[in-house]
Amino acid sequence: MKRLSMIKITLSFMVLVLAFAPQAQASEGSHDLEEQHWSFSGPFGTFDRGALQRGFQVYTQVCAACHSLKYLSYRNLSDLGYDESQIKAIAAENTAMDGPNDEGEMFERPMRPSDAFKSPYSNDQEARYANNGALPPDLSLIAKARAGGADYIYGILTGYEEPPEGVVLGNGQHWNKVMPGNKIAMAAPLSDDIVGYSDESPTTKEQYSRDVAQFLTWAAEPKMEIRKRTGIKVILFLLVFAGIMYAVKRKIWVGVKH
Amino acid sequence: MSSGNREKLNNPMMEWVDSRLPIFSLLQKEYGVFPTPKNFNYLWNFGAIAMVMLVMMIVTGIVLAMSYATTTAEAFNSVERIMRDVNHGWMLRYIHANGSSFFFIAVYIHIFRGMYYGSYKQPRELLWILGVLIFLLMMATAFMGYVLPWGQMSFWGATVITNLFSAIPLVGDSIVTLLWGGFSIDNPTLNRFFSLHYLFPFLIVAVVFLHVWALHVTGSNNPLGIEPKGKQDTLPFHPYYTMKDSFGVVVFLVIFAGFTFFAPNYLGHPDNYIPADPLVTPTHIVPEWYFLPFYAILRAITFDIGIPLTSIVFIPAKLGGVLMMFGSIAMLFILPFLDKHPVRSACFRPWYKMALIIFVVDVFILGICGGKPAEGLWVPLAQFCTAYYFAFFLVIIPFLNKKEPVLALPNSINEAVLNKKVA
Repeated sequence: MKRLSMIKITLSFMVLVLAFAPQAQASEGSHDLEEQHWSFSGPFGTFDRGALQRGFQVYTQVCAACHSLKYLSYRNLSDLGYDESQIKAIAAENTAMDGPNDEGEMFERPMRPSDAFKSPYSNDQEARYANNGALPPDLSLIAKARAGGADYIYGILTGYEEPPEGVVLGNGQHWNKVMPGNKIAMAAPLSDDIVGYSDESPTTKEQYSRDVAQFLTWAAEPKMEIRKRTGIKVILFLLVFAGIMYAVKRKIWVGVKH
Repeated sequence: MSSGNREKLNNPMMEWVDSRLPIFSLLQKEYGVFPTPKNFNYLWNFGAIAMVMLVMMIVTGIVLAMSYATTTAEAFNSVERIMRDVNHGWMLRYIHANGSSFFFIAVYIHIFRGMYYGSYKQPRELLWILGVLIFLLMMATAFMGYVLPWGQMSFWGATVITNLFSAIPLVGDSIVTLLWGGFSIDNPTLNRFFSLHYLFPFLIVAVVFLHVWALHVTGSNNPLGIEPKGKQDTLPFHPYYTMKDSFGVVVFLVIFAGFTFFAPNYLGHPDNYIPADPLVTPTHIVPEWYFLPFYAILRAITFDIGIPLTSIVFIPAKLGGVLMMFGSIAMLFILPFLDKHPVRSACFRPWYKMALIIFVVDVFILGICGGKPAEGLWVPLAQFCTAYYFAFFLVIIPFLNKKEPVLALPNSINEAVLNKKVA
């Protein structure tokens, strides 16, 4: 009995620590986000390839005008279900400066699958200059760098409203109910029917936002699916192993009064 | 280290080694025979668990260092490369990042076990002090490790903590310059933190060795807190406790794997996925969760200490906070000398038990305060809890030394165990 209660104390101690830890340091600011259902949530969740491809399309046609995705390479698009020739074609739509060649000259060439995604600006100064002083953040890790992840991205993209009475917005500022502080330099980027989908998905602002939020979640954590698959194997192995260890332990202790 | 009267081994190869370096005799004596009280509960697993976590941290850390770049320009990028392009890099990094949290969980439970059952008391004072030294080294290692990914929290956490040393009178600023390797946190800071982050775990290994050595001199404490009186009270460490520890380690790893594979960023802070920017201060700088109680104590001192009604200040608030924070660890170092009560285990010390349970709750509340902005009611709450933290060591324990009644203890471990079965 005594031993059982010690296990309980130990476990409840761990539960308390683990439950309090992130609450204690939760970053303030994210106004109540609407919690969405995502195909990638939960221990068995996977990305929806259709949504990823649509989200990539929205990123390319809208977000990529200002936001880089510098930790991704075109070859990573195979995760989205594109085959090699499609990826080659997508990469080749952009050009990269390469060199120097044998004559010492720099030259432009079409991009290859091994190249990183082309950034819209060559440096932060240029990006700020083009955006009224504001720096559009790189989006590679945005889903992990904001509390709420995909819910936050969806919330920002759909959170534009008229400012309440009495709020004065500075030049180039917009009102967003999800943005911490409510003032955001990015104008509402999405509206209905600005991107044509090749499947039957609705071409609404909400659908675009959901798709691009899923795409950016993949971009931030491209190894999520293999991570969860590995995790299930690891946990199953450890549970069986723990069972065996317990059985052996009991067998060894059977004659001992303790 | 000498084996004393060595018994000849049957295997000629082992005998050849053992007669020159009696390592097999040592193992046999220290693990095969080592008499261990037979009444351990599962709280006694956490020493072995902490050891496993230490080894896991060193192994994953060494492999991560193979792909990590120690420059401010490339550190963040190299971590992302590990996450995306290095084979199983994501797994190594998530094991290492969550491993630090679970190492601290194991050690906190291990420390609590020691406090609850009076394991720090005579003759185990030095064993306990070596343990607190390990804890201190762990804190330094974890702090420097958190700086290496060079995210926003890395940079600003390093800024806050290194700046603490500037509160030390006279030499403070020189110490800060030395820590930084210059006049701001920059590449030299990252380089020396990486170098020390690689060194310290091996210092921990060395002190763990001394800790275990000291343990094998005094023998283990046990839940009753009475010394074993003979063979009927003990069991050989192997196979009884090697097996029990193995089981406990695997159960702990199940929970650890749950976080590593299914919620790897749950215990982290989103801001550390933003590259460090010396020009942008996060709205709210917080350390890792395992430092939050100490961070709360640091921030609880919001007032200068001097002569009231004059402008004479002996200890400015900042120095006061730093002293209290280091003082809170110092309390653990001197605990064996504060507690003079003859009874070890809290099972037979109802007063101490109550004070200790309140102490644990107090540390939890301090942890919550440490994560909140230092404003509003959080400040007086943190101050109150800080006061209890120190009162527990400096007032309550000395008070209990004299006042808490000495209850009758069981005659022997064996007797207590047998009576329990009958009852």
